[in-house]
Amino acid sequence: MSCACACASGPSTENSQEVPARGCCQDEIKPSATKSGCCQDNSDGKFDSKGIYELIRNIMDPEHPLTLEALNVVNEADVKVYNEREVMVLFTPTIPHCSMATMIGLAIRVRLLRTLPPTFKVTVRISPGTHVSEHPINKQLADKERVAAAMENRNLLAVIEQCLTFEEDSDVHYDKPASCGNPDGISATTSNSVS
Amino acid sequence: MGRLEGSHILHGHKGRVWNVAWHPEGHLLASCGEDKTIRIWGRDGQKWVCKTCLSDGHSRTIRAVSWSACGKFLASASFDGTTSVWTYTKGDYDCIMSLEGHENEVKSSAWSHSGQYFATCGRDKTVWVWEVAEDNEYECAAVLFNHAQDVKKVAWQPGRDILASCSYDDSIKMFREDGTEWVQCANLTSHTSTVWSIAFNGSGDRMASSSDDLTVKIWQEYPPGNAQGIETPDNIPAWKCVCTLSGYHSRTVYDISWCPLSGRIATACGDDKIRVFQESPESDHDAPTFELEGTADGHTQDVNAVAWNPKEVGLLASASDDGTVRLWCAK
Repeated sequence: MSCACACASGPSTENSQEVPARGCCQDEIKPSATKSGCCQDNSDGKFDSKGIYELIRNIMDPEHPLTLEALNVVNEADVKVYNEREVMVLFTPTIPHCSMATMIGLAIRVRLLRTLPPTFKVTVRISPGTHVSEHPINKQLADKERVAAAMENRNLLAVIEQCLTFEEDSDVHYDKPASCGNPDGISATTSNSVS
Repeated sequence: MGRLEGSHILHGHKGRVWNVAWHPEGHLLASCGEDKTIRIWGRDGQKWVCKTCLSDGHSRTIRAVSWSACGKFLASASFDGTTSVWTYTKGDYDCIMSLEGHENEVKSSAWSHSGQYFATCGRDKTVWVWEVAEDNEYECAAVLFNHAQDVKKVAWQPGRDILASCSYDDSIKMFREDGTEWVQCANLTSHTSTVWSIAFNGSGDRMASSSDDLTVKIWQEYPPGNAQGIETPDNIPAWKCVCTLSGYHSRTVYDISWCPLSGRIATACGDDKIRVFQESPESDHDAPTFELEGTADGHTQDVNAVAWNPKEVGLLASASDDGTVRLWCAK
């Protein structure tokens, strides 16, 4: 049958049970991470940070008729690709109390989940120090169960779809849905940050 | 020793498969996922085939499935806020009960080994204990508000009606019946991020937990009067973390299964891999060491669940975001 792999080579440290972490992008998300070495040539079908930035820069802000790029919420330097399939996007909310930060993060995540190959590992986080609820929002965005539940929430999904409508029709007039206050599927901390 | 070989790939689910659970007799495997179906797989000669697909039980993702210890009942926990109980009668599975009460997504369910209790948990931060009456009536015995965030999984200690739960609040808590009430009897807090899953060993004196902090922890029960001199206030057994496995997993560890037959521990990880650990032969009981015995990387996306077959030594089932259920043999 397929793909059976065996490797009995393990660490054999006695007490600490520690081995160096391998290829973990969570260890590499420091703002100081260099840009070099993470860009692949797009011509061979691989995604580089520029190509991935292209996928997210036109996402509409949930509250304003402007793109995330126009609002400086995303920028190319904060998109990283590791090990060819690990994508890390940092976004910067317009204000530290932005109540829509979770929604923006969700929109970026959903956009990438829909457009990148399913084998990609996508991480979306708030740029360090740019939001009062940075940690709880990062934790929510990283929890795929909560993201999955949120995507089954019709009201929440409608807001996300609005943010992503540029895909189908860039001329579509932006209408703010009535119920985009407190997202059901992924709540808990977003309401704390309403300014 | 040390090999984990892929033996079967079970196709059928559309999209993410969240969970797998073996029938206590080991001849059937239930799986569920975002396609809102439960599939029940069984052997057909050398092959494993889908015997039944239950598609009318839930209106949203089915997050988890579990069998009762007697094997007569199957439960499904869903994002639609309900938990369904199914039983096999006259050649088909019938939904005999839909348990309501959680405000939103139900994430896990489990029967106690005695069959007397059933537990559910969910995003509303609660754990519900249900008492199972003889006529298959389920009565809510307790709603526990001890967790500060959504509760990911519930599991019963073998041999005793002690319930454990783990949560997005990074903790594991245990509950016991005290008179007519259910009360917290342990609060384990050394994980530093969401605890996704917990699993007891066969005898119930150890528990393993897996977390978003990329570690696995092994916990040990110290009963009152233990030889090690661990304090047990109010004559309630104490649980201590006796081993932390770090550095092995590069992404969230979504699930963990402890084989009651071989003592092996399997983990399901967001790095697409399954890992199998075994306690070292020279391991100290109170400071045990575990060795990575094997790694399997057949899945192409996150592995969400692993489950050891309760009857067949070394047979492991897994579920993945890649839409497949896979069976593996640990040699």
